[in-house]
Amino acid sequence: MSNISKRFHEVLARGEKLFIPYIMAGDPNLDLTEKMIYKLVESGADIIELGIPFSDPMADGPTIQLAAERALETTITLKDILALMTRVREKTDIPVILMGYYNPIFHYGAERFAKDAKTAAVDGLLIVDLPPDEAGELKPYTDEQGIDIVFLAAPTSTDARLKLIAENASGFVYYVSVTGVTGARDTLATTIDEKREHIKKHVDIPVGIGFGISTTDQVKELCKSFDAVIVGSAIVKQFEDFSSEERLLADVGDFVRKLKGATKLNQ
Amino acid sequence: MEELKNKNNNDSDGQNALPDERGHFGQFGGKYVSETLMPALTELEEAYKRYKNDKEFINDFKFYMSEYVGRETPLYYARRLTEQLGGAKIYLKREDLNHTGAHKVNNTIGQVLLAVKMGKKRVIAETGAGQHGVATATAAAMFGLECEVFMGTEDIRRQALNVFKMKLLGAKVTPVTSGTNTLKDAMNEALRSWTATVESTFYVIGTVAGPHPYPMMVRDFQSVIGNEARRQILNLEGRLPDYLVACIGGGSNAMGLFYPFKDDESVKMLGVEAAGDGVDTDRHAASICAGQIGVLHGNKTYLMQDENGQIQTTHSISAGLDYPGVGPEHSYFHEIKRAEYVNATDTEALRGFKVLTEEEGIIPALESSHAVAHVLKLAPTLPKDQIIIVNLSGRGDKDIYTVADIMGVKL
Repeated sequence: MSNISKRFHEVLARGEKLFIPYIMAGDPNLDLTEKMIYKLVESGADIIELGIPFSDPMADGPTIQLAAERALETTITLKDILALMTRVREKTDIPVILMGYYNPIFHYGAERFAKDAKTAAVDGLLIVDLPPDEAGELKPYTDEQGIDIVFLAAPTSTDARLKLIAENASGFVYYVSVTGVTGARDTLATTIDEKREHIKKHVDIPVGIGFGISTTDQVKELCKSFDAVIVGSAIVKQFEDFSSEERLLADVGDFVRKLKGATKLNQ
Repeated sequence: MEELKNKNNNDSDGQNALPDERGHFGQFGGKYVSETLMPALTELEEAYKRYKNDKEFINDFKFYMSEYVGRETPLYYARRLTEQLGGAKIYLKREDLNHTGAHKVNNTIGQVLLAVKMGKKRVIAETGAGQHGVATATAAAMFGLECEVFMGTEDIRRQALNVFKMKLLGAKVTPVTSGTNTLKDAMNEALRSWTATVESTFYVIGTVAGPHPYPMMVRDFQSVIGNEARRQILNLEGRLPDYLVACIGGGSNAMGLFYPFKDDESVKMLGVEAAGDGVDTDRHAASICAGQIGVLHGNKTYLMQDENGQIQTTHSISAGLDYPGVGPEHSYFHEIKRAEYVNATDTEALRGFKVLTEEEGIIPALESSHAVAHVLKLAPTLPKDQIIIVNLSGRGDKDIYTVADIMGVKL
C-alpha cells in the first residue's frame, strides 16, 4: 500500500476526512516553502500538494498563475524542488504530491524523473495536462518506483472517461468541483452530490475534491460526501502580500488549522 | 472531405493516414489537456468524423468557399520577380485575395460551420496578428453566433486595425495581460475560458496546433489551398512544382499548401520560420530550427523552451509568427525529412516585403514576407526550368503601421 493510500486509510478510520493544502514551491523562495511545509504539518495537514511552477499554467486562475510567476523569478527548477524534498524528509514523513504541468517533467526525462522523485521520497504526482490517455509515457516508470499518479475527474466526465480514470488512478481521484480553472469561489456547483454518486459507480479508491474551495463551511459540507478536501488558491492568495515571513507562516497555519477542524465535524 | 483533400493521397480516412486514432503523428501531437476538456475533444472528434463525410456539410463548405470567401484564389506567375532574380519560375498562391485578407478564413468558415451543426451558440478564438480573430469574428457574424476573441495586449497595440475590425464585426476582444502578452498567452487564456464554458462554447483554434483533433481538422480545411494549387500548376505547366515555400508560425498556411503534395516525392517543401534578430540570438521564434521537443497547448511538438522546460519568450516582427510552438505534423515532417525548415530574420522579411511590393505591386503580410524572403535567396540558385510555388498567405494592410514605423514615417 502506498503512503498516500495508508494515510487515507488511517485518517478515514478515525472518522475524519483528509485535508490537503496546496502551496507553490519557490513562492517566493524555497527557504520559505520548506518552513511552510513544516507549518502545514504542524497545523494538521494530512497530505501536502506542492506545486511545480510552469510558465504557461493553462488550467489555473490568476492566483496560481501569479504564484508561478513569483516562483519562476527565482529560476527554481525541478532539481531544486527534489533537493528540497530530500531535506524535508529528514523532518517529516507526510505524504507529498507534486502537482504541475507535463513539460518540465518531459524535459527532465520521464524515467529519470521517476527515479529521482523516488529517491527524494515523493509519494505522488498530479500532472494537470497528462490525462490517462497520454500517461502511458510516464506511468510505467512511476509504477516501477511505487509513485502514485493522481488523475483528475471533472463535472464533464462521462462514464467512459470515469472508467478510464478508475483503471489508471492510484492513491485517490481528484474531483474538480467546477467546470473551470483553479481559484476561490463564493458558491460551488449545486450538482456535486449527484456527481459524487456518479463517480462512486466507477471509482473504488478514495475521492478528494478541489478547485474553488476556501471556507470552513464549504469544507464541512463537502466532507459529507468526499474523502478529502483540497484547498489551493485561498492559501496561495495569502502569499501575494505579507508583512513578514513569521506573520505569513502564522496566518496560513491558523487558516489550515481551521479548515482541518472542519473535516472532523461529521462524526 | 473530398474537396479538401488530394484524391491521389491517403486522407485521414485512409489506412496509413496520420494522425492515428489517438491523434499522434509519430511521437508528436496527442491530447495533453486537463480532464475537463477531454469530453469536449471527444465530442468534437465525433462530430468532425461525421460531418466531414456529410454531403450537405461538404456542399455548404464549398458554397461558402466560392461565394463568400471568393475562391478559388489565383496561382499567379510573378514574371517580374522571376526575371529580376534570374532563376526558377515563381508562382504566388494568392491567399491574400481571400475575403478578410488571408488564408485564415478557410479554416474559420469550416469550424464555425461545424459549430453551427453541433448546436453551439458561442465561439471563442485566440489571435496573434488578428487575422484569425477577424476571420472568426467574420464567420460568427455571418452565422449569427456570439464571439469572443482573446488577444495579448502587445498584439492589440501593434494590430490596432484588426482589433477595430473585430469590434465592428460584433466580437468581444478580451485583452490578455499574462506572460508575454502575445499569442501563446492568448491561447492560454482561450483554453482557460473554454474550460469554464466548455458545454456551450466551440473553441475555434487558428492553426494546425492544439490538442487532437484540431491539427488534423485545421489541416483538412486549409488543404483547399494545396488542392487548388496542385490542380492549377498542372493546368498551367503540365507538371508538378519543384518547391513549395510557406512561412510558419503555428503552420496552418504551410500545412494547407504542403499536405496535398505530401506523396508527390519530387516536390520539395520548405517551411520558413521567423528568425527575428537571428536564430543565434535569444530573440526569435524558430521552434523547429532552434527549439526542442516538448508539450504545450495540448500537443507534443517542437517548442522554444529553456533547459528546465519553461516556455521562452519569442520575438518576430510579425505578430502571426510570434509563437513558441509549431503544429505537430510539421514536427513530424521535419523528423521524417519530408519537409525542410529554414528561417528568415526580421530584416530579411522586410526586404521580401519591399521587393514584392515594388516588383509585383502586391503588398504582402509580414508573415508571408518571410516566405518571400526565402524565395529571394532560393530562386537565383536554381535553373530557369524549375518551379517554385510560394504561399502568399495574407495581405499587408494590417502591417502598414509597423512598416511605416520602421521606415520612420508617421501616418
